Amino acid sequence: MVGGEFRKTLAVIVVAFVAMLIGPSLIDSYTLTVLIIYGMLALSLGLIWGYGGILCFGQAVFFGLGAYSYAIAATNIGESTVPFLLGIAIPFAFAFLLGAMMFYGRLSDVYLGVITLVVTLIFYKFVNSTAGPEYVIGNARLGGFNGIPGFQTLNVPGDPGAYIYDIDFYYFCGVALLVVYALVRWLLASPFGRVAVAIRENEQRVELMGYDVRFRKTVLFAVGGAIAGLSGTLFASWAEIVTPGMFSLAQSAEIIIWCIVGGLGTLVGPVVGAMALAYLKFLLGQQSLVDTTLVFGLILVLSVLFLPRGVVPTLGLLGRKRRGGGSSRRRAGRGRSGRGRRAMQEDAAKEGADV
Amino acid sequence: MSSVLETRGLTMRFGGVTAVDTVDFNLQRKELRCLIGPNGAGKSTFFKCLTGQLKPSDGQVFIDGAETTGWDPHQVARLGVGIKTQVPSVMDGLSVRENIWLAANRTHGREQARHRAADAIERLDLGTIANSEVGRLSHGERQRVELGIVIAGEPWLILLDEPAAGMTAEEVDRMADIIVDLNREAAIIIVEHDMQFIRSIARKVTVFSQGRILMEDDVDAVMQDQQVRDVYLGKKA
Amino acid sequence: MDLAVVVIIQIVYSVALLVLISSGLAIVFGMMRVINLAHGEFMMVGGYATIVSVNAGLNVYFAMLVVAPLVVGILGLIVERLVIRHLYGRLVDTMLATWGLSLLLIGLATLIFGNTTTGISPPIEGFPIGDYQVNGYNLFLIVMTVLIVGAVYAVLSGTRLGLIARGTMQRSDMADALGYNPDKVYMVTFFAGSALTGLAGGLLSPLVGIVPTAGAQFIAKAFITVISGGASVIAGLLSSATLFGLVSQAFTFLVDSMVGEIALLVAAVVLLRLLPQGITGRFFKGGL
Repeated sequence: MVGGEFRKTLAVIVVAFVAMLIGPSLIDSYTLTVLIIYGMLALSLGLIWGYGGILCFGQAVFFGLGAYSYAIAATNIGESTVPFLLGIAIPFAFAFLLGAMMFYGRLSDVYLGVITLVVTLIFYKFVNSTAGPEYVIGNARLGGFNGIPGFQTLNVPGDPGAYIYDIDFYYFCGVALLVVYALVRWLLASPFGRVAVAIRENEQRVELMGYDVRFRKTVLFAVGGAIAGLSGTLFASWAEIVTPGMFSLAQSAEIIIWCIVGGLGTLVGPVVGAMALAYLKFLLGQQSLVDTTLVFGLILVLSVLFLPRGVVPTLGLLGRKRRGGGSSRRRAGRGRSGRGRRAMQEDAAKEGADV
Repeated sequence: MSSVLETRGLTMRFGGVTAVDTVDFNLQRKELRCLIGPNGAGKSTFFKCLTGQLKPSDGQVFIDGAETTGWDPHQVARLGVGIKTQVPSVMDGLSVRENIWLAANRTHGREQARHRAADAIERLDLGTIANSEVGRLSHGERQRVELGIVIAGEPWLILLDEPAAGMTAEEVDRMADIIVDLNREAAIIIVEHDMQFIRSIARKVTVFSQGRILMEDDVDAVMQDQQVRDVYLGKKA
Repeated sequence: MDLAVVVIIQIVYSVALLVLISSGLAIVFGMMRVINLAHGEFMMVGGYATIVSVNAGLNVYFAMLVVAPLVVGILGLIVERLVIRHLYGRLVDTMLATWGLSLLLIGLATLIFGNTTTGISPPIEGFPIGDYQVNGYNLFLIVMTVLIVGAVYAVLSGTRLGLIARGTMQRSDMADALGYNPDKVYMVTFFAGSALTGLAGGLLSPLVGIVPTAGAQFIAKAFITVISGGASVIAGLLSSATLFGLVSQAFTFLVDSMVGEIALLVAAVVLLRLLPQGITGRFFKGGL
């Protein structure tokens, strides 16, 4: 069983590696780089939502926080190694604190949604309002809605003059995504990952087994924050500017759309979803006939209504059916809250149960 | 000290309703005790105060001499307490084996946990469905899977809330055998409605009524008690 | 003294504003357990309906009080039939679908009206209190809010319709058994909530410039006001709006409006952490 998982992961990595080598001959590597970065961002939400059952409306916060941490540190330090690490560590720490606050308060789905959404807004509003010269960290002016431009982009560690850019940066991002993917796979196969999935399935049971559910959810949430932070750091180096738009609700919505369309409960799904939709957005942006927002809104509504499992798992299911596997009708009933319909009925039964 | 579980003046109020009213309860090592009582008598609330799913309004709970009042369920479970809830609480999307393995993995390494899970599966005769997804199993099977989860944690104190509910007669018999077998190593508290089932396993019974302990005696004595019959038939005691 | 009056008016106004922008959402959430994340865009549509009507020569009050609620009410009906109806009982899916809807509406509005700000001037003049200028239209909004809350309360507590609605929301199976069609009740409730949202959008259109993305500034505030209020529709709405209005005005007065906005959001996070069931989940159980 574990061997099968391992072979599958290896196959994905090999295919993705080959795709990465072929990619630049089809689409220019500058565009491909940002698709990879968005893929990583989607992976971060795909992990905590699809495997941990934690719906975060504010994944953009960690993305933006990673980018700003990197930009501010790079402006001050001028060499990219420490800023790069800070771009991962600061979102991780913030996600850990935010997660601890929510999970130790035993907040459920909707309230989690509200709080993550509100935190996104707080960051967005605050960063937007920092245009004045009094908002400065070291040498870095926060710059409000103008953002922070002109910081040191990624360089070979120890040599600030040796920039990693263009095709090298593309390969760097591609390999980074593969490494993150492999690490997340490993995490999910570990006992920690098994327990995380069990928590998604039935939080109460896992708690009654003696596991500290609150702590584990907090850690998973923080890992998601760190991955989103890494993608933000790479984005900063790619765009060479960071702006408050990275914290916006629109950005959060996009991440959610990537995951839903690609498919929850897989890792490949969100990554592929992000790349495909981000490329679609790029293409739509080149014409002015159809509004991009309209198309994305339509995609989201239609996928919630008609594609309860997302594209990648649905394709996998079709393949399995053709090979004569059993129907997965029951599992299709699992909503995006990550729990089976049966569990919900039982919740209802519990409420009516004897005191 | 041979008492493994004790409550002193345990009280649970919901708004104006007192569901559990100053209950003093005591359980001996390796004892098997049934809690019975009509609907709304406070059995399940009392049970949830023991497991940490509810925080009592007043009074104290001691498990193995340590005060556990207001602890979280995972802390209670870590003392070596196995808990089975009223509605089967299992991980529907995972296989039977994974469900049980997870319980064993908390205290044992990967391989060791695999052996423990295999033992529990054999003990509960779940071998033929070990690799099935739990969400697809029947109610009785799910009840047994949950018991398997409890066993795999190797508890010395087991709390079972209506383990026989919704099972066929045959399944109930089998459950009774399993419980008697478990009782060799662990003290057990069972909340139950089914009198037939209680007769087949119990020695001592505690009767709840209106949040209080009405009586506590040998199973036969309880069955013959007029007051208990009145309570069950709905007359004012 | 004059300052005190002006400050008090300002506080009452900010509370009323929160109530106004949240009431439609509160009805839909409180009665149907549906969170409409397109709520802000419904208001935006109400605003456009008003502006287009006024530019076409209609009376401004008629446009705000009749056209806007009707247009958005009908929009709500369509949305309920096409989308929401299929997702009852799936809270998270409804949130996601309506979030998509909000993007869709923004896109449509951009297509039709372009990405520019339009507006109309307030139909009521300001007047002075001592050295200070008070916005007359703000007072009108306060009065309208009081009337709306009063009307909602009267309908829910005093009419047969309200009783059926409340009954259906609590036990749809029983209402069904008694001969009331829950499907129809949900439809009517969603229509009413949407119409109220349209009314709010219409009333606010003279104050804020309307752009396709105008909804975003309302949804978060409406969302947190309703969720923080908890299960009781009216008591929850009033209590959380009062709390948040006070907090944001206090910080606006002490520092600036940006800090006021952020303080409101922080207050919401703290409140939800302390009272995860909302204010009324804790203090006014079972009320309206």
